[in-house]
Amino acid sequence: MDAVPANQGRIAAEFARLAQHGKKALVTFITAGDPGIDFTVPAMHSLVAGGANLLELGIPFSDPEAEGPAIQAANERALANGMTLAKVLDMVVEFRASNSTTPVVLMGYLNSVLAMTNFAQRAKDAGVDGLIMVNLPQEEAADLRHTLSAVGMDLVSLIAPTTADPRAQEIVTTASGFLYYVSLKGTTGSGALAVDEVAERMSFLQTLTDVPICVGFGIKDAKSAAAVSAHADGVVVGSALVQLMADSADPNIAAERLHSAAADIRHGLDG
Amino acid sequence: MAEPILDANAAQTYAQPTDSGYFGQFGGRFVAETLTHALDSLAALYAEMKDDPEFKKELHEDLAHFVGRPTPLYLAERLTASLGGAAVYLKREDLNHTGAHKVCNTIGQALLAKRMGKPRVIAETGAGQHGVATATVAARLGLACDVYMGEEDVHRQSLNVYRMKLMGANVIPVTSGSKTLKDAMNEAMRDWVTNVDDTHYIIGTVAGPHPYPMLVRDFASIIGQEARAQMLQQVGKLPDVVVACVGGGSNAMGIFHPFINDAEVDLVGVEAGGHGVSTGAHAAPLNDGKVGVLHGNRSYLMSDDDGQVMETHSVSAGLDYPGVGPEHSYLKDIGRATYAAATDDEAMEAFRMLNRQEGILPALETSHALAWVVENAPKMSADKTILVNLSGRGDKDILTVADIDGITL
Repeated sequence: MDAVPANQGRIAAEFARLAQHGKKALVTFITAGDPGIDFTVPAMHSLVAGGANLLELGIPFSDPEAEGPAIQAANERALANGMTLAKVLDMVVEFRASNSTTPVVLMGYLNSVLAMTNFAQRAKDAGVDGLIMVNLPQEEAADLRHTLSAVGMDLVSLIAPTTADPRAQEIVTTASGFLYYVSLKGTTGSGALAVDEVAERMSFLQTLTDVPICVGFGIKDAKSAAAVSAHADGVVVGSALVQLMADSADPNIAAERLHSAAADIRHGLDG
Repeated sequence: MAEPILDANAAQTYAQPTDSGYFGQFGGRFVAETLTHALDSLAALYAEMKDDPEFKKELHEDLAHFVGRPTPLYLAERLTASLGGAAVYLKREDLNHTGAHKVCNTIGQALLAKRMGKPRVIAETGAGQHGVATATVAARLGLACDVYMGEEDVHRQSLNVYRMKLMGANVIPVTSGSKTLKDAMNEAMRDWVTNVDDTHYIIGTVAGPHPYPMLVRDFASIIGQEARAQMLQQVGKLPDVVVACVGGGSNAMGIFHPFINDAEVDLVGVEAGGHGVSTGAHAAPLNDGKVGVLHGNRSYLMSDDDGQVMETHSVSAGLDYPGVGPEHSYLKDIGRATYAAATDDEAMEAFRMLNRQEGILPALETSHALAWVVENAPKMSADKTILVNLSGRGDKDILTVADIDGITL
C-alpha cells in the first residue's frame, strides 16, 4: 500500500503551531444539528474561543453502533431536526465565514459518506479538513483515503487497545493528519479510563510515528484530560460536551457553557 | 427471471468469500477498530475448527441428539394437489429442537465460544427465534447469555421472551432508534465492543462483518446438504426450484449453498413485501434497495438519499430488517439466485393454506416462501418439483395471527 503524503493543511499547521509552543491539542466533538440546528455554529465558535484547537463535527446517522447513550441520543435529536450531510457541510461553510484557521474534521459512519455524490470535493470546498470514519478499519480504507487525499483531506486512522502491534505498525504507515487512539474497550463516553494502560500504549505508538496522536473515549473533564495529555499530543472530549448541550435551553446558554467547559479543560492541559 | 451468467465451469468453482470476506463487491468488515482483533481471532479459530475431526464430531453429535437432525423431507401431497402444478416438498426445519433452523448456527458458534474460552455469549433477536436458540445452547453448555431485543419486539413476542428467561438468559429490551431488530444489533455490537475479552457475539444471520456471513452460512448449510441428499434418495432427482424466505437470509443461504453448483436448480429467495414493494412499507432490500454499509458489511440496504437506514415493515418480526446478507446480494448480481417478495396478505393466505391442507403451522417468516409456492407452483407442470425450506414453526406467531383475525385469546 502506498504511503499517503501528509496534507499541508490546517490540521498540520495547527499541530505544528502547538508543538512549537509546547502545548497539547484540545479536540472537541459535538454532533451537528444537536440539540437544535441553530446551536451548532455558535457552539463551534465558542469552543474555539474557550481553547479548542480542532473541531470534530458528528454527521448524524440512524445507526451509530459505536456510540454510548449520550451521542446516540444526540444523533436521534439531530435527525429529528432534519439534519443531513449536506446541511452539515452548510454549517462548516457558515463557520468558515469567520474562522479560516481552526481545522474541522467530520466524524461518522461510512454509509453517510457513500450516499453523497462527490463527497470529497464538496467537503473540501465547504472547508472540511479531515474525516474520521468509525466503521472503516485499515483493510477497507484505501479507496476513501486516496479519494480524500486527492483533494487534500486527511482520513484520520483509529487505533484501539486491542490493536495488535504489527497491525498498529501498518496503520501508522498510512496515517495522515493525526492518529486517534481509542483509550478503552467500549463505546463513546464510557467510564473506565485507565491512564496507566493508555500511557503504556502511547509510549509504544510514539516510537512508530511522528504523526500526532490524540486520545479519546472516556475523557470528560480537566482532570482526566490533564492525566491523559501527559502521554499524548492531544485529547478528544465528546460525550461530556454533547450532554452539556442537551441540557441547555437555547444556543446562547449552550455556547456559554461550552466556552467555560473548553476553557476549563484547556487550563487542565496547560497545567 | 434474470439469465444466469455463471457458466457451468464457474459454477463448479464457486468458492466464496475471499480471504477478506468479500463476495464480489459485497461483504467485508466495516467495524470499529476495537473489534478487528476479535474478528481476526474468530476467523482464525474457525479456519482451524472447520476441518478439525474433534470439533466436527462434537457438532454433529449435538445436531443429531440435541437438535434431532436430520429433519425430514416431506411431500406436501394435499397442497400439491390443490395447487395443481409442481410437486411441493418441505424441508421440515420446524421440527428442529426450539422450532427453527436457527439452532444449527447457535450450536456451532457456542462450541467456538467454548474453544475460545469465552464464558459469555450475547445475541440480537427480532422474532425471538435466534434469541431462544442462543439461550438454549448457552444453557446446554453452561454459558452466561444476554439477548438484546427491540422493545417493540419484546411486546410482540412475549412468549419467546419468557422462554429465554426460563433458560436462564437475560433479555435486554432496546429502546433506541426504531426499537426493532436493527437496533438490537447495534446494541449487541456496543456490548461486544465493551466486553470483547470475555464475550462471543453469536450473530443470528448471514450478515455482520467477516467471518460471520461465511460461518453462519456454513453452519446453516446442513439444511441444504441433507435436503439435496434426501431429494436424490426419495425423489430420484434434484429439485427444479429451491425456495426460502429472506430476512437477513440464513435459512435461505443454508439451503441454497449446497445447490449453487447445480446450475439446473433455480434458487429463489422471497423477501418481506409488507404492504407491497411499491408502497415503500416493506423489508425487501434486494427488490427495492441500494448498495450500502450497515452492521459490518456492504450489501443491498434500505437507505434514503442521505444514507440513513430506513424503517421497515413486515408482519413477521424475523424478516423486519433493512439489510440482507452480502452473499445474497452477490447471488442476485451474478444472476445465480432471484429474489421475489411476498406481501403480508399473501404470506397470511399461504400460512392458512398450510395449516388447513397439511396440518402444519409454519412461522410467518416461512409463510413468505410458501406464498411464492402458492403463486408459482400452478404455473409449473406436474413433473417439476419445488423444494421449500420450511424454516420454522409458527407457535410464536399465534397471538399475532389471532390479533389479525380480531380474536383475543
